[in-house]
Amino acid sequence: MNAPTPPTLRPNDWNALPDARGKFGEFGGLYVAETLMPLVLGLGEAYAAAKADPAFQDELASFHRHYTGRPSPMYFAERLTAYYGGAKIWFKRDELNHTGSHKINNALGQILLARRMGKTRIIAETGAGQHGVATATVCARFGLPCVVYMGATDVERQKPNVFRMNLLGAEVRPVTSGTGTLKDAMNEAMRDWVTNVEDTYYLIGTAAGPHPYPAMVRDFQSIIGIEARAQILELEGRLPDAVVACIGGGSNSIGLFHPFLADEGVRLIGVEAAGHGIETGEHAASLTGGRPGVLHGNKTYLLQDDDGQIIDAHSISAGLDYPGIGPEHSFLHDTGRAEYVSATDKEALAAFQLCAEQEGIIPALEPAHALARVGDLAKELGKDGIIVMNMCGRGDKDIFTVADALGRTI
Amino acid sequence: MNRIDKRFAALAEQGRAAFVAYVMGGDPDYETSLDILRGLPGAGVDVIELGYAFSDPMAEGPPIQRAALRALKAGMTLNRTLSLAAEFRKTDSDTPVVLMGYLNPLFSAGYVAFASRAAAAGIDGLICVDCPPEEADELTDALEEVGISLIRLTAPTTDDHRLATVVKRTSGFVYYVSVAGVTGVKSAQADDIAPAVARVRAASHLPVAVGFGIRTPEQAASVARIADGVVVGSAFVDEIAGALELIASGANENVTTRVLSKASTLAKAVGSARVGLA
Repeated sequence: MNAPTPPTLRPNDWNALPDARGKFGEFGGLYVAETLMPLVLGLGEAYAAAKADPAFQDELASFHRHYTGRPSPMYFAERLTAYYGGAKIWFKRDELNHTGSHKINNALGQILLARRMGKTRIIAETGAGQHGVATATVCARFGLPCVVYMGATDVERQKPNVFRMNLLGAEVRPVTSGTGTLKDAMNEAMRDWVTNVEDTYYLIGTAAGPHPYPAMVRDFQSIIGIEARAQILELEGRLPDAVVACIGGGSNSIGLFHPFLADEGVRLIGVEAAGHGIETGEHAASLTGGRPGVLHGNKTYLLQDDDGQIIDAHSISAGLDYPGIGPEHSFLHDTGRAEYVSATDKEALAAFQLCAEQEGIIPALEPAHALARVGDLAKELGKDGIIVMNMCGRGDKDIFTVADALGRTI
Repeated sequence: MNRIDKRFAALAEQGRAAFVAYVMGGDPDYETSLDILRGLPGAGVDVIELGYAFSDPMAEGPPIQRAALRALKAGMTLNRTLSLAAEFRKTDSDTPVVLMGYLNPLFSAGYVAFASRAAAAGIDGLICVDCPPEEADELTDALEEVGISLIRLTAPTTDDHRLATVVKRTSGFVYYVSVAGVTGVKSAQADDIAPAVARVRAASHLPVAVGFGIRTPEQAASVARIADGVVVGSAFVDEIAGALELIASGANENVTTRVLSKASTLAKAVGSARVGLA
């Protein structure tokens, strides 16, 4: 066995990461086939230039305001707060964005970059279909052809989103290789990219993959945390005690966490999907139940067996059903800056129903996982506490899955 | 001089290209795979590339993806693949064996532990698809310690500037990926390959083997005229898949015979490619 590694140290400046090699401590980096290396290095340069260009940032801000509908509201969940009887619970309402989730924040940023780079064809992977819908949406808006790779299993359980993508003009290619879920869709998108290097832009949906994707997706999603921080300061006159978000690949959570990293008094809590329970081995909790490895272009915590073969994740939520996690989360985990807990399928289902009944908000199954841990936290923090939870998606897409799980027919 | 250098030097002397055969270790099962390995040198194979299975082979087309799944289903692991190599080595002390696969199983095993086990199994080289030079120092250190060559891939997208980075700390030979794409799907075009091979050879001062997209004796022969080695993989894997299908339908078919016959045909094409050339 490898020698135990020393604890990972916190950096002086969280914004200085990743380093020039795309590393967050030992995590992240750039592990792709040589054919793709010149492309990802080129993408890194193109993104750095765009990020520093005020014209690019202005264009993105304008689309966010008029197309996405940002800023998203900060909403006091009064009845849930009373229900739990502890800390005040606030929802960052990213489910109100155009297309119904936080995924549009990133899709919009990347499509503007792809246009700037002169790319004429867009590919993406999707799990729940929210990123696929967001990508298909921006491709329609800018008149670019779009191919979305989606695991055959997910195509089956997320039919409304498949239909949405088709309406938006995207071609959805079901992936049957491997086990037909998000990780296989990502493999297939990589294979497409390596085959069509000249004209194709790979629009990755989560804060994972080879550098610069984890940093770029984080930057585009950080609008969640930037807005949330300003809104809660205005509404409550102080920073929250904790911010909470669900984690699959980890894009909505890193977007919420990042602007709070330097605020050491704010606890950052990520909720992974525990599926049938961590102890059953059927879950998607890479940090809680995995160990470091290399997949999809980066070094990060992965669900894997003793031989380093990747194990299938399981979650009732297709959007969390991924055996890895963005590398910055692995780093925040090892430094102890963020806390990572988990919620089971059952707990998420209960939170899903509770939120609908108490607040008149049908959450997606993904943020229902986050909500499932908010109750305990509210009690722990007590009445003086303040919690901000990212309501990263709405639940319309999940009604069939939920009906099925509850034994009802629609 | 290790087996790879010796073999390429001897072939250069004879004025012919190396015929490099890729097979997935443990496909379709350990015993058959060992039979195939033992038969390859006699069928005219000069260098063996031995795949170790990974659950998520991102650079492979469907044939090798399926081969990896068959091997995993048959219980293959990195250690079992090394045992396979060690057993092969008992009866063949000359044919170079190069492992090929993905980084995670090596990272999971620990680079130093992996390198020492591989050396003990008689492995001569390693091709790791998803470990670019930027991330390879630790692995290369471990391999150099035990005298295993790290063989690098270069691609049509690799420009001169990048090439200088790629060939650093490379030994044995350089593997030129002749098409931008996954294994076994697009076809290689000899006209595009010649200048690329010359460029890689000049930058690396090493023999250059060409692979991805070479399936037929004609393609193999045309590449053998311009490169130092010709790599065929998916075509063998297809033979295994085809034989298994026939066996499943009740036909009298032998996987090993079929693979070795294909190897023999391709080896002849490679061996005679330069006959009559100045």
